Amino acid sequence: MAGTKKELIDKNGVRLDGRKWNELRPIKLQVGIMKNADGSAYIEWGKNKIMAAVYGPKEVHPKHQVLPDRALLRCRYHMAPFSVDERKNPAPSRREIEISKVIREALVPAVIVEDYPRTAIEVWVEVLQSDGGSRVAGITAASLALADAGINMRDLVVGCSCGLIGEQVVSDLDDTEDKEGNGDMPVAIMPNLGLVSLLQVDGVYTRENFQKAFELAIEKGKQIYQMQREALTTRFFGGEAKTTEVEEVAE
Amino acid sequence: MIQRKQVIPGDVVAKGNYRYGSYIEKRGDEYVALRVGVAEVGSDGIKLNPFTGPYLPRADDEVIGKVIDINGFGWVIDINSCFDGFLPASFVFGRDFSPATHDLSSKFGVGDILGTRIEAFERSRDPQLSIRGEGYGKISSGEIVKISPTKVPRVIGKRGSMINLISEKTGCDIRVGQNGVIVVDGSPEGITKAVKAIRLVEEETHAPDLMSKVEAALGGSVVGGN
Repeated sequence: MAGTKKELIDKNGVRLDGRKWNELRPIKLQVGIMKNADGSAYIEWGKNKIMAAVYGPKEVHPKHQVLPDRALLRCRYHMAPFSVDERKNPAPSRREIEISKVIREALVPAVIVEDYPRTAIEVWVEVLQSDGGSRVAGITAASLALADAGINMRDLVVGCSCGLIGEQVVSDLDDTEDKEGNGDMPVAIMPNLGLVSLLQVDGVYTRENFQKAFELAIEKGKQIYQMQREALTTRFFGGEAKTTEVEEVAE
Repeated sequence: MIQRKQVIPGDVVAKGNYRYGSYIEKRGDEYVALRVGVAEVGSDGIKLNPFTGPYLPRADDEVIGKVIDINGFGWVIDINSCFDGFLPASFVFGRDFSPATHDLSSKFGVGDILGTRIEAFERSRDPQLSIRGEGYGKISSGEIVKISPTKVPRVIGKRGSMINLISEKTGCDIRVGQNGVIVVDGSPEGITKAVKAIRLVEEETHAPDLMSKVEAALGGSVVGGN
């Protein structure tokens, strides 16, 4: 293992793809790309290519799942059979079912489900090409799709993962680093509220490293939030959000 | 002065003490937007006009819907919302309505388009509709156009200016439901023109001077009335 670790990050602190320890992969975000969905978004994050679509609020089927006081938020994270090197069985795997649950729980605190009683809001996250950190990319795209659908939200949700290579904390692991590295920590935050809605960790961390990785994930998340903002304002305002002043007209 | 702010969910619209409307949440002394849209901060409070979103019923809204089911006590109506509307038979036949003596399908059948008003709506039950009042009831002819419910105010325009313009220029009768369902009735050429104009308003909702754009698109020629 010691050998592989050295390869992941060299003496000068440069990673396999040429990034430094605290750099992100290139990210591209687009909102409102699908006409048939009520809201949609697309994200390219490193080699990840993920589409998110939102339907609803709509009637709940089967009826016994209806919640009388709030909306039922359903999420499905799914990887396309062609998203990985070897064909993936399209049936939902244990991993996908778990990630669906985790994405739902990361989004639910931001969505004001109480505004839509007795309805269902469906979020579909479809991974077209997968790389490391697809759950946080999925969350980032899904929250944009929810905003695009015009569902009341307290804040956007943005995710970023950090991790360990050897004892070095690094941001935004790619697929190889995720598999060969020593730890992975996906974090989702609501940047304006200053709240964390997802925190998963694997690997063994010292207290200092945990703190460092967590803080780095939040810092990077805020950086991605700016891209999220930009994607949303480009879609709706054709550029940055502006403030103008107009005369008050007496009715 | 009114401040117009383009906002996305989570943005602080204003700080201080204001009256505020829908799609805004108060956190401490901050007012936070819950939707993508334009917030107007003026002396009389804060208002947010959302750019997208579903139709949520409100009492006294005029909506256009389609009968999708009939049960013993009334009609179930699709009003382009996550809730189905219900039109009780007693609102149509009067208080002496009885399922044994009155035939509901003789009045409205499945598939009929109705102009209705939302009588009551609260979160625990589906909206109740009524056809009491002038102009409500079955709509027997016309073309249905569906637009995003958030764009209805622009299609109507200030005091109905936009809808009157389209109506005059095309010689069509246009009915707009708050739920984003529009019925256009008139000559075939007029309908085509009117639908195009409505689509233009929908696409360029927030363009400045939309009125003259629509007027230009409709051209000077007035299609003969129906």
